[in-house]
Amino acid sequence: MSATSDNHASEHEHYFVPAQSRLPIYTALAMFLMVYGAGSMFNAMTQGHDSNGEWIMFIGFLGLAFVLYQWFSAIIKENHAGLVGDQLNRSYVWGMSWFIFSEVMFFFAFFGALFYLRTFVGPWIGGEGAKGVTNMLWEGFEYSWPMLSNPDNDAFVPPHDVINPWHLPLINTLILVTSSVTLTIAHHALEAGKRKQLNIWLGATIVLGLVFLFFQAEEYIEAYSHLGLTLASGIYGSTFFMLTGFHGAHVTIGTFMLIVQFFRSLRGHFEPEDHFGFKASAWYWHFVDVVWVCLFVFVYIL
Amino acid sequence: MPSKLLKGGVALFAVLLSAVTQADWTLNMPQGVTDISDQVYSLHMLTFWVCVGIGVVVFGVMFYSIIKHRRSKGAVADNFHESTAVELAWTLIPAAIIVYIGIQAFPVLKNMYDFEDSELTVEIVGYQWKWRYTYLSDDPTQQVSYFSNLATPAEQIRNRTDKGENYLLEVDEPLVLPVGSKVRFVLTAADVIHSWWVPQLGVKKDAIPGIVNESWTIINEPGIYRGQCTELCGKDHGFMPVVVQALPQAEFDEWMAGKKEEAAKLAELTQKDWTYDELMEVGESVYQKNCASCHQANGEGLPPTFPALKDSPIATGDVMAHIDIVVNGSAQNPAMAAFGPQLSEVDLAAVITYERNAWGNDTGDMVTPVDILNYNAGQ
Amino acid sequence: MTTTTHDHHDDHAHHGPAKGLARWLFSTNHKDIGTLYLWFSFAMFFLGGVFAMVIRAELFQPGLQLVEPAFFNQMTTMHGLVMVFGAVMPAFVGLANWMIPLMIGAPDMALPRMNNLSFWILPFAFAMLASTLFMEGGAPNFGWTFYAPLSTTYAPPSVTFFIFAVHIMGASSIMGAINVIATIINMRAPGMTWMKLPLFVWTWLITAFLLIAVMPVLAGVVTMMLMDIHFGTAFFDAAGGGSPVLFQHVFWFFGHPEVYIMILPAFGVVSAIIPAFSRKKLFGYSSMVYATASIAFLSFIVWAHHMFTVGIPFAGELFFMIATMLIAVPTGVKVFNWVTTMFRGSLTFETPMLFSIAFVVLFTIGGFSGLMLAVAPADFQYHDTYFVVAHFHYVLVPGAVFSIMAAAYYWLPKWSGRMYNETLGKTHFWLSFVGVNVTFFPQHFIGLAGMPRRIPDYAVQFADFNMVSSIGAFLFGASQLLFLFIVIHTIVAGKKAKAKPWDGAEGLEWTVPSPAPFHTFDTPPKVD
Ligand code: HEA
Ligand code: HEA
Ligand code: HEC
Ligand code: CUA
Ligand SMILES: [Cu+2]
Repeated sequence: MSATSDNHASEHEHYFVPAQSRLPIYTALAMFLMVYGAGSMFNAMTQGHDSNGEWIMFIGFLGLAFVLYQWFSAIIKENHAGLVGDQLNRSYVWGMSWFIFSEVMFFFAFFGALFYLRTFVGPWIGGEGAKGVTNMLWEGFEYSWPMLSNPDNDAFVPPHDVINPWHLPLINTLILVTSSVTLTIAHHALEAGKRKQLNIWLGATIVLGLVFLFFQAEEYIEAYSHLGLTLASGIYGSTFFMLTGFHGAHVTIGTFMLIVQFFRSLRGHFEPEDHFGFKASAWYWHFVDVVWVCLFVFVYIL
Repeated sequence: MPSKLLKGGVALFAVLLSAVTQADWTLNMPQGVTDISDQVYSLHMLTFWVCVGIGVVVFGVMFYSIIKHRRSKGAVADNFHESTAVELAWTLIPAAIIVYIGIQAFPVLKNMYDFEDSELTVEIVGYQWKWRYTYLSDDPTQQVSYFSNLATPAEQIRNRTDKGENYLLEVDEPLVLPVGSKVRFVLTAADVIHSWWVPQLGVKKDAIPGIVNESWTIINEPGIYRGQCTELCGKDHGFMPVVVQALPQAEFDEWMAGKKEEAAKLAELTQKDWTYDELMEVGESVYQKNCASCHQANGEGLPPTFPALKDSPIATGDVMAHIDIVVNGSAQNPAMAAFGPQLSEVDLAAVITYERNAWGNDTGDMVTPVDILNYNAGQ
Repeated sequence: MTTTTHDHHDDHAHHGPAKGLARWLFSTNHKDIGTLYLWFSFAMFFLGGVFAMVIRAELFQPGLQLVEPAFFNQMTTMHGLVMVFGAVMPAFVGLANWMIPLMIGAPDMALPRMNNLSFWILPFAFAMLASTLFMEGGAPNFGWTFYAPLSTTYAPPSVTFFIFAVHIMGASSIMGAINVIATIINMRAPGMTWMKLPLFVWTWLITAFLLIAVMPVLAGVVTMMLMDIHFGTAFFDAAGGGSPVLFQHVFWFFGHPEVYIMILPAFGVVSAIIPAFSRKKLFGYSSMVYATASIAFLSFIVWAHHMFTVGIPFAGELFFMIATMLIAVPTGVKVFNWVTTMFRGSLTFETPMLFSIAFVVLFTIGGFSGLMLAVAPADFQYHDTYFVVAHFHYVLVPGAVFSIMAAAYYWLPKWSGRMYNETLGKTHFWLSFVGVNVTFFPQHFIGLAGMPRRIPDYAVQFADFNMVSSIGAFLFGASQLLFLFIVIHTIVAGKKAKAKPWDGAEGLEWTVPSPAPFHTFDTPPKVD
């Protein structure tokens, strides 16, 4: 292997290496405050005493929001200044793709837990399968999914009923799938340089996202106040709220990302061939959509 | 320089090695007293020698190169750097070795999972930090059940007296099993995960709260076999030994009969009229066995984790609250377990009496076994 | 903000480092960030080492002498956590930062600001973790594997901070890994084709993939703990239909690949050093790449070999046993390739080479004991004894840590522009080599003889070997002070190093001057 460093400046594109930046360490500090505050808050909550954790967390959160705003603004400015070449753009593409993959694996942990609990643990506690002896501790418990009775109904008070998949969840599924379509239409409009179309369809996607979140909230209220289905109502409630809850959090983030793109579009950002911010948000949205479809099948229907 | 150090290293190892051969240290896995432990030992030695063999070849070639192909000896580097044939060989041969080991291991594993046809089933429950053994029987009133606690005195652990021969591997009451018959174990735990291990039997299985595991053994020789809890289970994980005493069937039956008689006597004891002094005496021993690991022998606890009972509001206040926390455990902190299911009425009454009067608590209160019975009936 | 947005390339890229602290706090330079990572990991190695010294001191004799059992458990836990997440992983990220751009001819990492963020999260995370030692109820005391319910229902309150520390460490690792992948895929110099990549780059690419795949799973499992502790969920509680065993499955789905995260980059380092000092090309380059990929793949389907005794059904035991043993095949390929590289070479034994040779021998011994552990029926006897402790220290200390030391000696001239003192280096090597074996070899025996791990006190028949082990540990620990001295001595007073101090070394990193200038490869080199 030998290397020559003679000047190829004419053939190659210069990779933009940003100068020193205060943003990262401020981000780290804000993250630290946020989690430290959250930790204090949770401990205080569980032990039943006061703490100023929520304030620390809130300050951390504000700080994080502020720094990230600066950070993304800086990137957008760099792009407008022409510093972001094709190669850096590809780095962003890879960065976002692998980030989404890491999110996939995060959900995979919860889905994996769900499968394991349903195919193995439930039947075993109920007295079937290779480890059916376990039932000697939980006599009288019969396993069925959704679980309307827990092995120990005093420690974990079971729900009276679970959410009917064919009402709100079905509507929500249709909403999210539609939103993926509207977003794709918006994307095509963007690539065709039709700004007005872009704004309309992007706006529609955002509205669909918000409606989804509204229904989701409705569903949670229903679960808590009428069905007795809570985080603490046994493993059905635990998995249900963890999966739909983290999904909901991701929809919230995704909607927020789209709203940002909407305002950027109003300001005239994005070119037909250069709109990474939009693309990244769109991928994220599609990812959230796919997760929902899995949820609908595995959490609500089956 | 390096060669000098190398020599130094070798010398050091030689010294260590000769020390090894002189003392009668155990260096290897015990062969044990069951068929399974014996088969496991053979598997262990098989893989061990396989590894030694491969090691000799690999390190042999390596040290050959180190000695022969050093530049200081004028070695000139060759430039081969690929050979599909060789690479194929050293992929396939290890793969074959692995398949061979797998085939050897299969029947042993299969056998370990055969829980059928047992003559006796013992339930083993792990508690922080002791074991409960129950000889399961179709008639629950005939079931023998007892706890097995560490018997090594604190003086030895704190280095105040010499350590005994079975330091940390001795219990007040061992698990007694018959020789030659198949005993099935069902294991679970009351609080956190523990693991029940007796090397000589080749049995190790986790005791997991809320889940039941199975295992089994047929012991071939009478004797006392010692092991330990092998899953980190909190502060005194190092202090919950397992001791199994294997008796010939006849002696085992005798022991069992004795145990049942004891249980009957205990029931009588509950009704007997207890004096304050008797209760205090029993109470102190119950306390040392069950409570001192957290609340300490002097009643001062280890705050903030484990509260002091000396001058504690509960131990010097309302008697009912005191009975309640001991019988039902603490609602806030699972570390303070419910001792109702663990101790007899006599022991409960005694330990509560003791706590209310020891270390200067001096309430003068006396709680009798009948009080406990009444309390339980009232619940 | 501080971002330079002046019109085009050229000028900004060439200004040197900023002055003072700002240079380190706000850095976007892969070399400076690499240096930060390396020093941080060095500090954590010492912190984790101090915890290990407490463990070994308490175990010097039977009986309780120095610390209470409750505190001993905190030491074990913190030692494992700090060494794994604070010492070994960041050290490899530091090496990646320094070397990957230099090796592939890139001007920097692909996403330099995120790079800085990945680093600066760590000191905060570890400050939070270390602060748990001073909290009421003490630090985490449930082992680095934090099995529920000991780590949930029965845990000290500090567990909440532990959970959040793990969360943000995970975020750091994921960002670091994304950066590595984007850099390798996207920033190779023209002509640097896949099959020309140095093996260190290959192993890191695959490691980064493992990181992105499993760190989120770790985040998932600690999140479930958080919910069980504070929100009454039933994930790890059978009373509500969950199971403590679920915890172990999810944890080890992360945990097993994690151990390969700690060894694959080490393979890369050794694959660079052995050819250099054998003056001979690495034998079987492409099979090395495929072997690394196979190890990574297999690492996802063997996790339950840590759980042979928890009572998984027979078919599961069998599957996980065979799959685990299979890992010996690609790993063997690597070992054989290294040995064959040395065969008929022209060998010299400078410090990096000594560490690498020791790596090959001692890692293989650790691998052998791994293979023994993989035999499920036998693992019923080995599990949770010092035999396991011996196994993983052989792969981690003379494995991962030795490779890091080898890398430090090998590339220190490039980093600092100065040569270390060879005599001191060799002294450090021999002390470490003897120390590590005296510490961990006897642990095989005490394990087989029946000593469980994670206990502060033990039966008298284990006394002699424990004493030997402790003496070895003090020797090994003390020799690391020499290492610290050597590194500092090199930086302040070492002799000037040539651009390529090792005559047999290959790779782009040796084409730039020593020390490597602040910015390198602004114009990509051409590789043929
Ligand atoms: C760098 C870290 C690292 C590495 C590389 C490995 C590598 C391996 N490990 Fe290890 N392991 C750990 C770190 C590591 N391990 C840790 C930290 C734990 C404990 C966790 C805890 O509980 O706290 C552990 C525990 C552990 C267990 C669980 C033990 C128990 O708790 O009961 C098992 C069981 O199968 C195991 C197996 C293996 C195997 C088969 C390999 C293989 O990859 C090894 C392959 C290598 C070789 C075999 C040598 C070279 C090969 C040849 C020369 C070819 C020919 C060889 C043959 C055919 C035999 N490991
Ligand atoms: C990469 C990871 C790594 C590394 C490098 C080490 C390094 C060492 N480890 Fe280990 N260890 C683990 C990972 C690691 N360890 C893990 C994962 C566990 C399991 C934890 C658990 O069970 O949960 C464990 C557990 C573990 C145990 C078992 C504890 C138990 O079961 O209770 C022991 C006991 O001997 C031990 C010892 C050591 C020693 C002596 C070193 C030495 O190599 C350390 C040497 C370094 C120094 C000493 C620092 C530098 C020197 C100074 C700061 C100067 C001061 C020195 C003196 C005063 C002499 N470790
Ligand atoms: C595993 C540790 C452990 C053991 C063993 C233990 N306790 Fe406790 N005990 C605790 C803890 C922790 C508390 C605090 C509970 C709380 O905060 O609600 C406690 C609280 C108490 C209290 C209330 C003290 C107060 O004033 O708040 C009494 C009385 C008590 N224990 C008695 C006993 C008796 C009797 C035994 C033995 C039969 C025993 N304990 C064994 C851990 C233990
Ligand atoms: Cu019980 Cu460890
Ligand atoms: Cu593993």
